[in-house]
Amino acid sequence: MVSRVWLIKDPVRERRLFRFRSILAAVAAVVITSILILRLYFLQVTNHEHYSTLSANNRLTLQPIAPTRGMIFDRQGVVIAENVPSFTLEIVREQVSDMEITLEVLSSLITISDGDIERFKREMGRKRRFDSVPLRFKLTDEEVAIIAVNSHHLPGVEVHSRLIRHYPFGQLTAHTLGYVGRISEQELSRIDPTNYAATTHIGKLGVEKSHEALLHGEVGMQQVETNARGRVIRVIERIEPSPGKNLYLNIDLTLHQRALTALGDERGAVVAIDPNNGAVLALVSNPGYDSNLFVNGISYSDYNTLTSSPSKPLFNRALKGQYPPGSTVKPFIGLAGLEFSVITPRLKTFCPGWYQLEGSDHRYRDWNRWGHGATTLHDAIVQSCDVFFYDLSLKLGIDHISDYMHQFGFGTSSAIDIGGDVPGLVPSREWKKTAKNEGWFPGETLNTGIGQGFFLATPIQLANAVATLANSGIRYQPQVVRAVETQSKEGYRLLPGQRAQPTTGISPLTPLNLQRIQEAMIAVIHSDQGTARRISHGIHYTIAGKTGTSQVFGLGQDEKYVAADLEKRLRDHALFIAYAPADAPQIAVAVIVENGGGGGSTAAPVAAEVIQAYLNPMTERDAP
Amino acid sequence: MRLASAEDFIQQRLHLDLLLLLQLLLLSAVGLLVLYSASNQDMEMIQKQVSRLALAFLVMVLLAQIPPAALQRWSLSIFTFATILLMLVLLLGTIGKGAQRWLDLGLVRLQPSEFMKLAVPMVIAWYLHEKPLPPWGRHTLVSALFCLLPTLLILKQPDLGTALLIASSGVFVLLFAGLQWHLIGVLSLLLLPSVYLFWIFGMHDYQRQRVMTLFNPESDPLGSGYHIIQSKIAIGSGGVFGKGWLNGTQSHLEFLPERHTDFIFAVFCEEFGLFGVILLLILYLTIVLRGLYIASQAQTTFARLLGGALAMTFLIYVSVNIGMVIGLLPVVGLPLPLISYGGSSIVTLMASFGILMSIHTHRKLLTNA
Repeated sequence: MVSRVWLIKDPVRERRLFRFRSILAAVAAVVITSILILRLYFLQVTNHEHYSTLSANNRLTLQPIAPTRGMIFDRQGVVIAENVPSFTLEIVREQVSDMEITLEVLSSLITISDGDIERFKREMGRKRRFDSVPLRFKLTDEEVAIIAVNSHHLPGVEVHSRLIRHYPFGQLTAHTLGYVGRISEQELSRIDPTNYAATTHIGKLGVEKSHEALLHGEVGMQQVETNARGRVIRVIERIEPSPGKNLYLNIDLTLHQRALTALGDERGAVVAIDPNNGAVLALVSNPGYDSNLFVNGISYSDYNTLTSSPSKPLFNRALKGQYPPGSTVKPFIGLAGLEFSVITPRLKTFCPGWYQLEGSDHRYRDWNRWGHGATTLHDAIVQSCDVFFYDLSLKLGIDHISDYMHQFGFGTSSAIDIGGDVPGLVPSREWKKTAKNEGWFPGETLNTGIGQGFFLATPIQLANAVATLANSGIRYQPQVVRAVETQSKEGYRLLPGQRAQPTTGISPLTPLNLQRIQEAMIAVIHSDQGTARRISHGIHYTIAGKTGTSQVFGLGQDEKYVAADLEKRLRDHALFIAYAPADAPQIAVAVIVENGGGGGSTAAPVAAEVIQAYLNPMTERDAP
Repeated sequence: MRLASAEDFIQQRLHLDLLLLLQLLLLSAVGLLVLYSASNQDMEMIQKQVSRLALAFLVMVLLAQIPPAALQRWSLSIFTFATILLMLVLLLGTIGKGAQRWLDLGLVRLQPSEFMKLAVPMVIAWYLHEKPLPPWGRHTLVSALFCLLPTLLILKQPDLGTALLIASSGVFVLLFAGLQWHLIGVLSLLLLPSVYLFWIFGMHDYQRQRVMTLFNPESDPLGSGYHIIQSKIAIGSGGVFGKGWLNGTQSHLEFLPERHTDFIFAVFCEEFGLFGVILLLILYLTIVLRGLYIASQAQTTFARLLGGALAMTFLIYVSVNIGMVIGLLPVVGLPLPLISYGGSSIVTLMASFGILMSIHTHRKLLTNA
């Protein structure tokens, strides 16, 4: 239709024109509405499923719930690791009108350090507006009360209670239990992300680390409806977490207490084992530290104090301390002599106070410079004669010694269930070849025979070795954890002791030989010549033991060891191994006192305390 | 007979169109219902909206009393006044939400672009009513200038949505005046390059962003695409019958932004589903059709042109808002008439319906006389 230009108005035509255009407009309106409806049909019907899913994803969130960590009890049922509520002061940003003023008011009410505020502001930057951000941890009851009283003019300030790990006997159990701490970057890559989704802490050391899987438990889940800003509106479904298992340890807290009291200020370690099953009754390293310090991140100054202390409180001497075992190896060497038939019980060796190898003028000295005279194996153990054992070890040779020491667990990790121990060192020809690229010298056999030279053992190894001796040569893997809580009728499941893997193919011990060694070890305590005779006073059972004194500082050929002249740090380590009662052993103990001097005078009384505490818990041992 | 006389009373004495009045009241009621849900049952918001609606209906009743002939006489003055105000806004207006739209007069804050929504179709209808129709070329040109000047002033503020409404109201007057088809074709062809030029020179970055977002909202799901994605989720998850009143999760859990203002249509879709939406769209459509019917029954050219343009502008108003909420058009920031919360636009809108009613009720009843 070609439009024309009309020169004058024509109402009728214009009216018709308008009618036509209005109808077009009405049609357009219907078409536009139809397009909108088509589009809505596409969204609400065709793609309804898709958008429904997106809508559900928007509002429903799966939140993990952390399981409560299992508690740990000692042998007597005393709680030694628990979860206690701790009060934290937290602030929700969106409810605070002026943060600076709020912080100022809070600082005037309770102590808040600049560090707290700095950390708070940093964390606040990362969190959402409605998230509660902690400002102060571990509020005291008094501080909680002060906040509560002033809460009306502190909107957005909340006191929260959450469970944190607590070790009621921090110092006493630190080296056994270890501690939990915040999960590190490294650990994050190792753990199951689902199970640890809500967990903040993980075992770092000791039982807490070795039995993490049992203690942790299984994560729970809850499906919640959240709004666009992530705030939880309501809980739709909840699967409860299954809490971590409670653990019962073989450790006896009383023994720890007595051992630490007996050690006093001395640095050292005490390990006690039940020879019948390898149960670790005590695992003490002194000095200890308060493991609670580590739970929520140790402060720099505390950590510095611990690490810079010359007595190394963080060092677990019982598992990681490697000492020359000194004369404590003599019963084992002696037994080897009998077992390999290189000596007889009646054989006497003359001890002039020194020993000389053929073709050499070097004198290997006895601790007693006047000598012990003609000595049998029995006498040599009782009086700890070095010359007899120089002679014996030469007769045995390094190969037999090395094999035999391994049989008692020296030179390899004890396979203790909580891990973290070191193998020590039993020297051998092969070892020397690889480590030093040198041949073996006979003189080194002599030193090895009296537990000096290259020979290194840990307190746990010494305790387990003497326990093996007490248990007629049957060695167990030391076991700290005794039982795991279960849902069964008994309420727990015992973890049976594991026999240690034999390291060499040596045949079982001859009972008669073993008996001779045991008699000698009893005489160490219960005879007039015994090096540990002092501790025999006032006990109603027999103890079999052996003292040891290991050199820290090499003396010159003609020098005389005078303890008083030497600096404390260079003095000999005092050692003592024992088991009791000698006829039916229930406890085997190894004690080492660093720079303690003589084994009989310093280490043996500590062992006696522990034995007494275990066998006769009601009575104190009479002081000698 | 009593009923008929009551109807007569409303029509002749109050100068109100009964059908249109009922449609508008129904729509306002639906609007309050949706707003109650969208605002998370905020009674304070409802009260404010009710008083705003009351004011708007009052303005409508007042305007319905003014005969079209009077409006026709005042057209040029109103337009001139509104243009001056617009220029003043650009010079000394108050800045709100990043755009300069307000004129602070101490007591009230005026938004002169609202006057323009009425002034532009009025002045063009006034200009054309004595001219022979379809309009001559130079009359078309003058009409276009009446339309272009305020549109450009408002674009400068910038207020894309209002500019669009004003431009289309002017264009609709010309279309109803019988603008020749070949001119319509040429103008449509000219529209493409001018849109392109506008895109390059006339738009702010955020406006360009909104348009880009329309075509690919997922490219920036947490930024500019967030509105449209959440809106589509709300609508789509509503399905055929909806989640039910007050049960829309997208809106109540605050995933949907602007849920009580520009995006309130998504709340409606989520809670009432396709079924409810079709009813609502039919209600809107019938209002437009009633407006067109009133215009076609008008006795003067001025009234016809103005009435038709106002009815169609209302259609544009509704379909641009819905188009943007359902992801067909870019987000331009227009409320959904009579349902969205707030805005001085509601008063202007009701004023335009007042004009329509006036047109319908001030006819000389030739047949009855």
